[in-house]
Amino acid sequence: MAKERGDVLQGTLDMLVLKALELEPMHGLGITERIGQWSERLLQVGQGTLYPALYRLERQGLITSAWKVTANNRRARYYALTRAGRKQLADELVQWRRMSRAVNLVLDVTK
Amino acid sequence: MRRIRDEWRRLRGIGRRADVDARFDEEVRFHVDQQTEKNERAGMPPAEARREALAMFGGVAGAKDQARAEARPAWIDGTLRDLRHGIRGLRRTPVFTMLAVLTIAVGIGATTAVFTVLNAVLLRPLPYRDADRLVEVTHRAPGLDLPGGVVNLATTQLVSYREHNTTFEAIGLWTRFNVTVTGDGPPEQIRCLQVTHDTLQALDVVPASGRPFTPADEAPGSPDTILLAHGFSQRRFGGDPSIVGRTILIDSRPRQVVGVMPQDFRFLADEVDVLLPLQVDRSQLRLGGFNLRGVARLKPGVTIAAANADVARMIPGWLQAWPAPAGVSHAVFESARFTPDLRPLKEALVGDIGDVLWVVMGAVAVVLLIGCANVANLLLVRGEGRQQELAIRSALGAARGRLARALVIESLVLSLAGGLCGLLLAAAGVRGLVAYAADLLPRAHDIAIDPVALIFTLAVSVGSGLLFGLMSVVRRGRPDIVRDLAGAGGRTASQGRDRRRARHTLVVVQVSLATVLLVASGLMTRTFVALSHVDPGFTSPETLQLVRVTIPGAQVAEPERVLQMQRDIQARMAAVPGVASVAFASSGPLQRAGSGDPVEFEHRTYGEGQVPPIRLFKFIAPGYFQTIGARVIAGRDIDWSDLQADRPVAVVVESLAREAWGSPAAALGGRLREYPSSPWREVVGVVADIRDQGLHVPAPSTVYFPVLARNFGGSPVRIARSVAFVLRTERAGTETLLADLREVLGAINGNVPLAEPRTVAELHDGYLAQTSVTLMLLGVAGGMALLLSLIGIYGVLSHAAALRTREIGIRAALGARRASLRVMFVRDGLRLSLAGVIAGLAIALVLTRYMTALLFGVGAVDPMTYVVVAVVLTAAAALASYVPAHRATSVNPVEVLRAP
Repeated sequence: MAKERGDVLQGTLDMLVLKALELEPMHGLGITERIGQWSERLLQVGQGTLYPALYRLERQGLITSAWKVTANNRRARYYALTRAGRKQLADELVQWRRMSRAVNLVLDVTK
Repeated sequence: MRRIRDEWRRLRGIGRRADVDARFDEEVRFHVDQQTEKNERAGMPPAEARREALAMFGGVAGAKDQARAEARPAWIDGTLRDLRHGIRGLRRTPVFTMLAVLTIAVGIGATTAVFTVLNAVLLRPLPYRDADRLVEVTHRAPGLDLPGGVVNLATTQLVSYREHNTTFEAIGLWTRFNVTVTGDGPPEQIRCLQVTHDTLQALDVVPASGRPFTPADEAPGSPDTILLAHGFSQRRFGGDPSIVGRTILIDSRPRQVVGVMPQDFRFLADEVDVLLPLQVDRSQLRLGGFNLRGVARLKPGVTIAAANADVARMIPGWLQAWPAPAGVSHAVFESARFTPDLRPLKEALVGDIGDVLWVVMGAVAVVLLIGCANVANLLLVRGEGRQQELAIRSALGAARGRLARALVIESLVLSLAGGLCGLLLAAAGVRGLVAYAADLLPRAHDIAIDPVALIFTLAVSVGSGLLFGLMSVVRRGRPDIVRDLAGAGGRTASQGRDRRRARHTLVVVQVSLATVLLVASGLMTRTFVALSHVDPGFTSPETLQLVRVTIPGAQVAEPERVLQMQRDIQARMAAVPGVASVAFASSGPLQRAGSGDPVEFEHRTYGEGQVPPIRLFKFIAPGYFQTIGARVIAGRDIDWSDLQADRPVAVVVESLAREAWGSPAAALGGRLREYPSSPWREVVGVVADIRDQGLHVPAPSTVYFPVLARNFGGSPVRIARSVAFVLRTERAGTETLLADLREVLGAINGNVPLAEPRTVAELHDGYLAQTSVTLMLLGVAGGMALLLSLIGIYGVLSHAAALRTREIGIRAALGARRASLRVMFVRDGLRLSLAGVIAGLAIALVLTRYMTALLFGVGAVDPMTYVVVAVVLTAAAALASYVPAHRATSVNPVEVLRAP
């Protein structure tokens, strides 16, 4: 049960990361904060889980990263969406909407 | 394409492990620091801010592991780690590693060397565009009594097929012979290829400079032209580009050079010096004259069967289109029942050598397998020592698959190292093979290690590694961890039973494979012995020197003058010191030359349209038989009085005499003729069969005519202008003799070169060459197989003895005699090897059937060979068993019992 939730969590987390990067590139902490604004529950499994997700997405070619210097003159790794990433995000949103519409329909029926 | 790039990126990961670690550390440091600052700004004290930041982050170590796993697929790291461990482990046991690598290197080296030769000679296509569409055009004529069965092409057929075919892009004729070039240097006999203009078209080759032959060159009465080969034009004319357009003298006739061929041009893998156009005079052509070779290029997509059908369709038209020669009826040709027999051109080139190469390839593959079995045995022994290590790893959670992977990777390291060394061995081996078998191998200059051979080596290395790796892994079975962790390997007899059985099986397999190879070697040995004892029909080939002298018509026109010149040469050669006797003939013994023509016997009647038997014709001067040591078993040789009186006479060989008249004596006085309008010729002598086409081929049925004959074959006089002088001399083969002969020839006619000097012994050995090369290679392979198998037996028994040292000590202490202990071991060894020998003999019975093409004088199931091999192998195995037995039983029982 927990495993299933973890998989769903992983897929959802990936989508949220991509969404977070839609507007502009940012570093890990920044992504955490933006997602945090949208969903507190995810952060209950720890901010650290973000980094494996980021590495996975980068390996899949959906995001890229580079060292940059912040306003405070510190070095941080900034992540940005690639074109493939944008496409993936768009596809996943379509999937998500379709699925939630189906779920809603079912729920409405049984009600 | 994108998919592949994505996969590659996925595989490569986002960086090296160390880099990923460093990056993660820095990122996390930044993250936690920033979060700490935020917490401080929110009012927390520094220590608590940091604690809170870490708590929000979650487990750093866990995140790091996960991040690492995401950064790169896990199996890459695992494999690299196994690789490093494997190499380290191998370096710790250098003796084992060297033995294993060496064994594999020898096996792979031999296999690669033979494969390289096989590939270059048999598998690689000919060096022409789309070479698989090239065919040789021949026919069969079941209605003719023809030795060999294959009929070459006639010019009339070319003209008919050229005009009416639907399946050929181009079809042309060719024939090879030697000509003499004079002027611009010393007279030289050179290799000539005579072709029609479409032969080069079919091959799709054009000259590098100048122009190719055109139909105009073939028309009768057109100016004589010639194409030069690159090598020849370099050699004789220094590569001078202005040679095109100049005139050179060929057989004392001037010819205009119209072009030079490209440097890499070879005709069917042989080099030629010049090319002449074949003149086709339609008005003079008659049916007959099947003495040219044909080559054609099929249209794309046309099969050989379709082309055969096309030619079959054209044959009746061809028969009708051309007149028969004078005195011969059309019906003769119709009753021959010509049928087309097109074959791929490569077959024409390769011939019999294919059989040899495949047999040798099989032999070295067997050696490689035996080598792999040895290495597998070594690995099994080594594995015993590592039981404890593997048990620990297994107890710590390593999956069976991972353990297996580690072992397979170790085997692959061994096999790839062995493959690399083997490649070096193969490079040397190929050079040696080519040098040793140069005469046998067509395309010898093309044979070298090439990318295909490299890929083959890689494939064989990986395959062998997997083979013996898996062999030593499969035996693992289910490791009993408790037992393995506790014991230090093998105090109880039952432990390692699986392993012992595996090793015994391997040894039996080795011995059986070695048996097969040794049987093959034995059969080749007997073949070689049988061939060397064939009575060739002449004596002492090493004292027979051959040289060829050709007197072209342009220099000496009248046949009688040619004969006189030949007699002059003969007389002067006889005066050279050391020369016992000289004779000359159209070709010497074993020179495989002569024409096949029909012979009519007077006492037989031939129906309308029936073709008399085709026999080999040779033209000799008197004294030929005596010089070569042939036995005249009835009647007499042709002599000079016959020639002076122009008597129509002939000499036949024994087999023909028996066939036509029943016995040599009855043949004397019999009459035959070679042409309907010729006079009947009287048989004045019968000579014992003389080998000509090789040693394993029976002597051809031959008729010998005088070197100058009147009313022969439809012409008033026939003279053999190109003759081989045969000299009986102890100095045969020496340069000084050849120098003397050149001097003699130069004194008589400066424009006639001495050509093709060789001794009959060289030809004789040349025919033996195929057998001797096969024998040598099989013998080497068999020897290696035997050695490796004996090492295998020795190894197994040594190891078994070492394991049973305590048992031996106990038995000895209880009173067993050393001799009976040794017998116990030797019996074990013999049991193994007997099982192997019996299995091997059974396999050999099946496999040697494929060798029959190479055998002579011995069957594939020759009892003597099989018995000898069985005895030798068993004896050797007994010896290999005795040595470890002796060592093991020489222990002091007290020491053994006292040892832990």
